[in-house]
Amino acid sequence: MSARMIEHCPTGIAGLDEITSGGLPAGRTTLISGGPGCGKTLFGATFLVNGARVGEPGVFIAFEEREDEIIANAASLGYDLQQLVDDGLIEIDYVQVNRDQIYQTGDFDLAALFIRLDLAIRTSGAKRVFIDTLEILFAGLDDTVALRSELRRLFGWLGERGVTSIVTAERGDTSLTRHGFEEYVSDCVILLDHRVTDQLATRRLRIVKFRGSAHGLNEYPYLIDDAGISVIPITSFDLSYAASTEIISTGIADLDAMFEPGGLFRGTTMMVSGGSGTGKTSFAASVARAACARGERASYFAFEESVSQIVRNMGSIGVDLTTAIDDGNLQIVAGRPTQIGLEHHLSVLHRHVERVRPSVVIMDPITDFEALGSHDDIKAMLVRMVDFLKQRGITSVFTSLTSRYDTEESSVSSLIDTWIQLSNEERDGRLVRAMYVRKSRGMAHSERVRVLELDRNGITLRRVDDETERKDAIQDGQPAGRG
Amino acid sequence: MRSRMGSRQAEGDHDRTPEGSEPAGADTVVDEPTGEVKEWQLRLYVAGETARSTAALANLRRICEDHLAGKYSIEVVDLLVRPQLAKGEQIVAIPTLVRRLPEPVRKIIGDLSDRDRVLIGLDLRPKD
Repeated sequence: MSARMIEHCPTGIAGLDEITSGGLPAGRTTLISGGPGCGKTLFGATFLVNGARVGEPGVFIAFEEREDEIIANAASLGYDLQQLVDDGLIEIDYVQVNRDQIYQTGDFDLAALFIRLDLAIRTSGAKRVFIDTLEILFAGLDDTVALRSELRRLFGWLGERGVTSIVTAERGDTSLTRHGFEEYVSDCVILLDHRVTDQLATRRLRIVKFRGSAHGLNEYPYLIDDAGISVIPITSFDLSYAASTEIISTGIADLDAMFEPGGLFRGTTMMVSGGSGTGKTSFAASVARAACARGERASYFAFEESVSQIVRNMGSIGVDLTTAIDDGNLQIVAGRPTQIGLEHHLSVLHRHVERVRPSVVIMDPITDFEALGSHDDIKAMLVRMVDFLKQRGITSVFTSLTSRYDTEESSVSSLIDTWIQLSNEERDGRLVRAMYVRKSRGMAHSERVRVLELDRNGITLRRVDDETERKDAIQDGQPAGRG
Repeated sequence: MRSRMGSRQAEGDHDRTPEGSEPAGADTVVDEPTGEVKEWQLRLYVAGETARSTAALANLRRICEDHLAGKYSIEVVDLLVRPQLAKGEQIVAIPTLVRRLPEPVRKIIGDLSDRDRVLIGLDLRPKD
């Protein structure tokens, strides 16, 4: 096999196969290194389960956990490992190395381990092998030199067997792995990192080495939950997405009329910013409902209100969401953003979009992310979020509570295609909601301030009475007749 | 029950048990023709007839003759012939000597060349 033409063995882990251009190097050994709790074992278990599902049996050599523990842990990801064991598709061999029972007296080798592995591979016809984790040998046996030479032999032996394997290792303080396994594994090394910052857990994956294949150098967030593992290759997105020329309605006729083409470009990002009670949610909900009315799907991520609150409040201003929800076109995902970290938000969004495939995504409000990281962190996440949504041609609406994001200098503004500004203003002794289009890329738009009226009949954007405007202008000491 | 396996008498020749055939021994293999159950039951796991395995067996015999004469039996298990036996007693390294009786079970790995350490490992001499 030419070094350039490495074949790939798909892991079936969402995202990982993308960033490795198809999977792990087939017939080779991959090293996964990481600290405790980063999910090494679950990566390996997933690799075996997904192999079994495509007819490639696997062997699980477990040093750390007993068979029943492994089966129970895999069940937390929704895998029925017991069934696969019963079907002969996965062979689990728990290798116990108990230091208290072992006394060392002279030279030895690991021939018995090789024999066990060989037997398990032959019994199951395995194409995949997962060994978790060889560190235990170092804890149980003293002769580090002998162990190292045996492990070198093991990796070579696995290669000769033509099986695709994953071995795990504990991350070292100063090195990639505590016992330097990376020296022996030359084909693929993956580093998992599990950090807790400000009580928020972030999991990231990095491909340190991948011989003979292009791979992303970035850190990728990954997520472990009851739907398994997914790696989010969001940073691999570039600006190559096609700009749509299709015009879609915002669901507010008066707003559509403010844009020269009569609506927004599909796949663009709209931000609606304003203080509390200025009507941001009504804009966002209208865009979502309009999509559903066209027979498309919309996903509404609500960070401050419950589903029933949103449905009730929108119903009171003539934006009926119940039909769209009942039809299954509208999904409202409500939850406090502080429950999960920034990366996790991206992961959740990514997974949701993959599953639901909405044409419109609402984030209400993005300012709630402020608690989750520095301004730069949040901006970086929003960039990735916007890139990801645009890549999929998804139209998005972000609401923003008046904040630092609202300043023109704010770097976030560069992400936004259409920016609507709302405010509460006093006019002729009464409080009115005012709105104007701050910018809209690629299209002419009205620059006039409108008065936003929300009532049972829906959302109206009334032109400000010319008379009023003239009076205002004169009061400001400016000549009349503009606007 | 784990001992129903490919074991053979330590005494006598070192021919491999042919693959697939039942070995001559029953549950307990002793080094005395009488078949008497011994106080010390030792089992040596090897993988083929390597120099290290041969040395381990020779070292073990000498130690037993010197310290346990008449009280021991040695069973040699070749994992190349009986690979399925490695799992049962959690064998990883070769050679591994298992002291099955008297209890508790103890495992001693290596070629048994360090006599003092073997004696300590077998609990025939206290650690000092």
